[in-house]
Amino acid sequence: MAILVFVESADGKIKKTSLEAVAFAHAMGDAVTAIALGTIDSGELEAIGKYGANKVLSVADARLDQGVIKAYAAVLMQAMEAEGADTLVLANSSLGTPVGASVAIKMGASLASNVIELPKTDGGYIVKQSIYTGKAFAQVELKNEKKVIGIKKNAVELKEVGSNATVSAFAATLSEDDFGTKITATDKATGDILLPEAEIVVSGGRGMKGPEHWGMLEELAKTLGAATGCSKPVSDIGWRPHHEHVGQTGVKVAPQLYVAIGISGAIQHLAGVNSSKCIVVINKDADAPFFKAADYGIVGDAFDVVPKLTEALKAAK
Amino acid sequence: MKILVCISHVPDTTSKINFVEDNTKFDAAGVQFIIGPYDDYALARAIELKESMGATVTVLNVGQAETEPTIRKALAIGADDAIRVNAFPSDSFFVASQIAEHAKGFDLVLMGRESIDYNTGVVHSMVGEMLGIPSLSPVMKLDIEGDLVKMQREIEGGKESLEAKLPLVAGCQEPIAEWKIPNMRGIMSARTKPLNVVEPKAVDKPVDFKKYELPPAKGAVKMISEDNVSELVTLLKNEAKVL
Ligand SMILES: Cc1cc2nc3c(=O)[nH]c(=O)nc-3n(C[C@H](O)[C@H](O)[C@H](O)COP(=O)(O)OP(=O)(O)OC[C@H]3O[C@@H](n4cnc5c(N)ncnc54)[C@H](O)[C@@H]3O)c2cc1C
Ligand SMILES: Nc1ncnc2c1ncn2[C@@H]1O[C@H](COP(=O)(O)O)[C@@H](O)[C@H]1O
Repeated sequence: MAILVFVESADGKIKKTSLEAVAFAHAMGDAVTAIALGTIDSGELEAIGKYGANKVLSVADARLDQGVIKAYAAVLMQAMEAEGADTLVLANSSLGTPVGASVAIKMGASLASNVIELPKTDGGYIVKQSIYTGKAFAQVELKNEKKVIGIKKNAVELKEVGSNATVSAFAATLSEDDFGTKITATDKATGDILLPEAEIVVSGGRGMKGPEHWGMLEELAKTLGAATGCSKPVSDIGWRPHHEHVGQTGVKVAPQLYVAIGISGAIQHLAGVNSSKCIVVINKDADAPFFKAADYGIVGDAFDVVPKLTEALKAAK
Repeated sequence: MKILVCISHVPDTTSKINFVEDNTKFDAAGVQFIIGPYDDYALARAIELKESMGATVTVLNVGQAETEPTIRKALAIGADDAIRVNAFPSDSFFVASQIAEHAKGFDLVLMGRESIDYNTGVVHSMVGEMLGIPSLSPVMKLDIEGDLVKMQREIEGGKESLEAKLPLVAGCQEPIAEWKIPNMRGIMSARTKPLNVVEPKAVDKPVDFKKYELPPAKGAVKMISEDNVSELVTLLKNEAKVL
């Protein structure tokens, strides 16, 4: 059976997490159709083929330039029917997750979220999901014929497996009612590396003493090509914007490298970073709990260590 | 206005997670249970709306008898009455089906952005779809003007302002409201507030949680002297291979 993959874009570019969804679907072995909604450059759409899409559908309706959940779910359901697809694969995100859940209910599909590896099909259709904020995993059987699979970042390694795909237009029927929820404004950092998708994250805690000292972290982040994050108290006090708050009650990150500076390593903070490949901790207190969760640690004053680290990185380039 | 707040009963955020019975069941021994932290925001906003514009607040939990102290806590915080659907919350679809059964007739259904056990963040979307009403999450600001709801939703790297009509479902997160702590009077009055126990509706489960596992243990940390920061750069490059 065919698989449909919902791909998202940001700033006119297909998101890396969505390309991972394409690669994931390709690795599942069936024919893969990717679908993108809104106005996106055709070169970007064609390139989805490199990651394993056999074809790409484009719904170039300007009303879909904004992520209207209900309208998106309606389009995806129509595309699944038109393509005879029994499985929808997408990357879990602020848009993908609710859209996937709506499609699952509309179609009577089994829904899986935060899936971290390819399904196993010997003895039922079993996926592995991350639960308890990364503190555990569950083997979940998807029992219905139709399935919606949401994948977590890094569920699969991204590599080119093919060439450009042909892009065809897909005409969806949408009603006024599908746009009943109005997006009146979007306030989004453009050009910046988005924290939930970043490969490297530089994060600061209360040990940074005040917002005026973030220049130092930003300099380090710039040198590393990293996004910046923070602990919950830091965003609660308003030193940093809310969407940078990492942890159990904030953004869950899964970068290659997480650099924690002046963060004690409370269990709620660790819950948001435990999917990182490598963790570096800089803290002046040798007993800070974060060191237990770290791969590399430096005991020292951030105000000395961070500028030195930035210099060393620049020198090594 | 009638507000329904759906609360999950979950292990405290500091709990050590373990499984028993050949890794098929969560080990509740020694674990402290709480109202889901995000659900607590939903409840706090509901109480604020009740105070500012007049509303009744009903809390709903899908859970077995052991969740009653958690439900009483929500009543102590200020909810007027409660429903407990007497069943183990086996999966999101099951929970959403039970909530949808009781959510008809409410103007506003508030939930948390996600439960902290299964973290699927989908129950609100499912309930919205089942009832044919809008569902938005994670909502960090929610105000009501007539039948119009003005909201702010967090998206990757920023936020989105939205408007939709009542009735609707919202999955909440900070800073929508400040967590509320029950006072003595609240705790006393909670004891006599109605807590109705109802039996679940039968549903075919689309998923089955078979087995659980813990992540592999972490290797030891390698400490580097603060006078030798360039060694860290070398290790990140050559050993960890993350640069
Ligand atoms: C239900 C619940 C949910 C929560 N969710 C989250 C969450 O999602 N994310 C989160 O982060 N927290 C969360 N918390 C809060 C969490 O428990 C901690 O309070 C918080 O993470 C601490 O933040 P911090 O490490 O920045 O501050 P602190 O604990 O104050 O630590 C500051 C650290 O900086 C170090 N330091 C000080 N000066 C320097 C210096 N000059 N150089 C180097 N190091 C220095 C100190 O040694 C210390 O280790 C939650 C709490 C609860 C109860
Ligand atoms: N057993 C439950 N009873 C009532 N509400 C629940 C239950 N489980 C989850 N919810 C609600 O659904 C939201 C999203 O949960 P989830 O989709 O599991 O992440 C939670 O924040 C709660 O508001």
